Amino acid sequence: MILRTLFAAVAFTLAALPAQATNIERIVSPGGIEAWVVRDSTVPLITVDFSFMGGSSQDPDDRGGTASIMTSMIDEGAGELDAKAFQERLENKAIEFNMRAGRDSVRGNLRTLAENKDEAFELLRLALNQPRFDPEPLERIRAQVLSGLRRETTSPNEIASKRWWQTAYPGHPYGRPSSGTPDSVAAITPDDLRTYSKKILARDNLKIGIVGDIDVPTIHKLLDQVFGGLPVKANLRGIPNVPPQGVGKRLTAQLDVPQSVVMFGGPGIARKDPDFMAAYVANHILGGGSFSSRLYREVREVRGLAYSVYTSLSWMQNSAIFFGSTATRADRTLQAIELIEAEIKRIANEGPTEKELAEAKSYLSSSFALGLDTSGKIAGQLVQMQLDDLGIDYIDRRAALIDAVTLDAAKRAAKRLFDGGLLISVVGKPDAVAAVGPAN
Amino acid sequence: MIATALARGCASFLALSICTSAALAAGGPAVSHFTLANGLEVVVIPDRRAPVVTHMVWYRVGSADETAGKTGLAHFLEHLRFKGTEKKPGNLFSQTVATIGGQENAFTSSDYTGYFQRVPKERLKLLMEFESDRMTGLVLTDAVVKPELDVVLEEENSRVANNPGARLSQQVTAALYLNHPYGRPVIGWRNEIEKLTRADALEFYKRFYTPNNAILIVAGDVDAGEVKTMVDETYGKVARTTEIAPRQRPMEPEQVAPRTVTFADPRVTQPSVQRQYLVPSSTTAAPGESEALDVLAHVLGGGQNSRLYRALVLDKKIALSSSAWYQGTALDYGTMGVSGVPKEGVTLAQVEDAIDGILAEVIANGVTDEEMKRSKDRLVADAVYAQDSQSTLARWYGAALTTGLTVEAVKAWPDRIKAVTTTAIKDAAGKWFDKRRSVTGYLIKDAPRPGEKRS
Repeated sequence: MILRTLFAAVAFTLAALPAQATNIERIVSPGGIEAWVVRDSTVPLITVDFSFMGGSSQDPDDRGGTASIMTSMIDEGAGELDAKAFQERLENKAIEFNMRAGRDSVRGNLRTLAENKDEAFELLRLALNQPRFDPEPLERIRAQVLSGLRRETTSPNEIASKRWWQTAYPGHPYGRPSSGTPDSVAAITPDDLRTYSKKILARDNLKIGIVGDIDVPTIHKLLDQVFGGLPVKANLRGIPNVPPQGVGKRLTAQLDVPQSVVMFGGPGIARKDPDFMAAYVANHILGGGSFSSRLYREVREVRGLAYSVYTSLSWMQNSAIFFGSTATRADRTLQAIELIEAEIKRIANEGPTEKELAEAKSYLSSSFALGLDTSGKIAGQLVQMQLDDLGIDYIDRRAALIDAVTLDAAKRAAKRLFDGGLLISVVGKPDAVAAVGPAN
Repeated sequence: MIATALARGCASFLALSICTSAALAAGGPAVSHFTLANGLEVVVIPDRRAPVVTHMVWYRVGSADETAGKTGLAHFLEHLRFKGTEKKPGNLFSQTVATIGGQENAFTSSDYTGYFQRVPKERLKLLMEFESDRMTGLVLTDAVVKPELDVVLEEENSRVANNPGARLSQQVTAALYLNHPYGRPVIGWRNEIEKLTRADALEFYKRFYTPNNAILIVAGDVDAGEVKTMVDETYGKVARTTEIAPRQRPMEPEQVAPRTVTFADPRVTQPSVQRQYLVPSSTTAAPGESEALDVLAHVLGGGQNSRLYRALVLDKKIALSSSAWYQGTALDYGTMGVSGVPKEGVTLAQVEDAIDGILAEVIANGVTDEEMKRSKDRLVADAVYAQDSQSTLARWYGAALTTGLTVEAVKAWPDRIKAVTTTAIKDAAGKWFDKRRSVTGYLIKDAPRPGEKRS
């Protein structure tokens, strides 16, 4: 199947509110573990999402990839169960459980039929409290990760992305690839994983979202059983707050591919910044996820330069960026880059129009409900709202926050976001990248 | 995962009558199904949890319906259908969807082309006005067609040309079909995409885009009665513009020779091997056969307890990963696939031999009761998990109805999975793992030799 665009809109807002999503309960277990919960018994399922602050930025300096491998190992044996037995118990009850590492946190997701909840919660308890990190699965997963790293060496997207992040965050954990390097991955031991998991899997850096066919007593039991035995405090090292560096640079790398990959970005706006919502609206107008952004129109629709082109805002614990990407044929690479730069300069200087602002606000308000129509999406949103410290009534307030964005605020935010220049990373054929800038 | 077998339920659709099959699915939504006088089929899938609807129109046309020499045309037309009509010119439709907070997209496969929007429920009627208008009202000019052809060529670059694994898959599929158009890439062969024109697109549009060749699916916070009223006032007013010929594609001759395809590219850092077998689809299979193939694929390739993972990755330690799949949602043929990725220092031949050993074992001795139970429970659970997403349910029904199945067949699929026996699985393995009906594909690294000319 072929989608018209890879980047369908993923927005966050509301006009018509899902009844269930406005009915968020804060539930605290007898043992003091908090979760945000939406209960709904329409479908006999339970979804649990959780996040521990930490992530790959907490990898030891010479052990890049630790968080990533720890999360891959979390379902490879726990307690008395070796990897095979643990997987068998999961699969016998069609329980879905996975974890993944981001830069700032490790996120987990459990999905089960309501009738299998006891088994699902017990396996989750074992995984988080008594992971085994046995040598056999570690070697298996290490080999898979090393193979993935080898593949990345000839992937234009991976090369472009790695170079962008390395240049934006030199000497900072955000500049290191989350998946590590061949050397760092080769060095990781079971003890490294144990040390890391003990530091990160704790109660004071934990956020939980639960959705589905479950009652309050069962939630209490689940929270205390699964999370109650974790250490009270995480042991996180401090990460410096930094803006991205390298603005104004064009990075180029040669790879013999018919289509050049272009990634670009610069400093963003923090989630807690008063201009955040205005920036969110301004980004939507420039390159957000609908078929009517300026970049979509100019790069794709009018000139046929690319299949996908987008920009997005990204906020981390210790930095914020805006980031965009496109891919275009070799002989038009420079043209695409210059067009994107011109559009970014134009919105920085002139801001959006009144009409664009009204349309963007309408989209961002009304489309919120679309992001809340499955248990998984709602559970993810419950965790994200806690991570961003938005308050449990955020969904009720959000439409008003968007509506309050004035044209002046949107112009100001566009200026702040887009006036500082771009760090650009390009990978493509020698001719394509030579036109863009010096090889470096 | 979707798969279904021949079944008859609400199949002889009386024009304008509503046929609801609520009682059939244990716990599933009460799906309604009716047909308009102009031939448009309508399926309504209630999901009242959020005030959102998914609105999809599926056409019974895909890349396998293209004429030879015009590969990529079904997909190109899919892109061009966003270019406006006489009544709703330019990108007014997309702009409207964006302004009302909707999401939209479209997709093309061998057998179907679909268009969808997801919007707050109070906007459903507005969408129907736009979507019914472009059912037959498309206007195309060269000014919009030419840049869009470049967009599609960039899409081909992104999906295929830049990706050695995708290029191998394209070659394997082409080799699997000696005669049937399923061998063509959905996106088309690049040399033919480049030559597609506005006239080609319009001719194709007029042949296939008419209410009697379409299925409307509305999933979400609606009931069948209100949908029917809206549909009568919008889609109901679109006249059928043409009759649709039966979808008779050139069929495969008896396949008598195993084929191999090797794709070598300097960018390959991780070799791999895959094999695809030509097997029946859900639509063409004998009763129970495609369900047996569903379970068989899961026993072989689903998770770490699967036969292939246990043998290749855990026990012999020769592979990094393995997989098996059954793709049965198709009008004419399904495919069964297996694959393996060798560890460093292990050859593709060693991995392929190990896969062949596992297949031989299943052909000779079948699968265990425990394996079968685990796989069946997982597949049945998938049907429950699907109820959590109105888009997923809408896609299940749309894909089924455009590949010759019925609403009842989709609803009864979990029951048919439960009815699969170890005997049926062993029989299916013995019958369909026939190398003469297969292609084995190898992805390998190729160092360019000095002076050699490559694309």
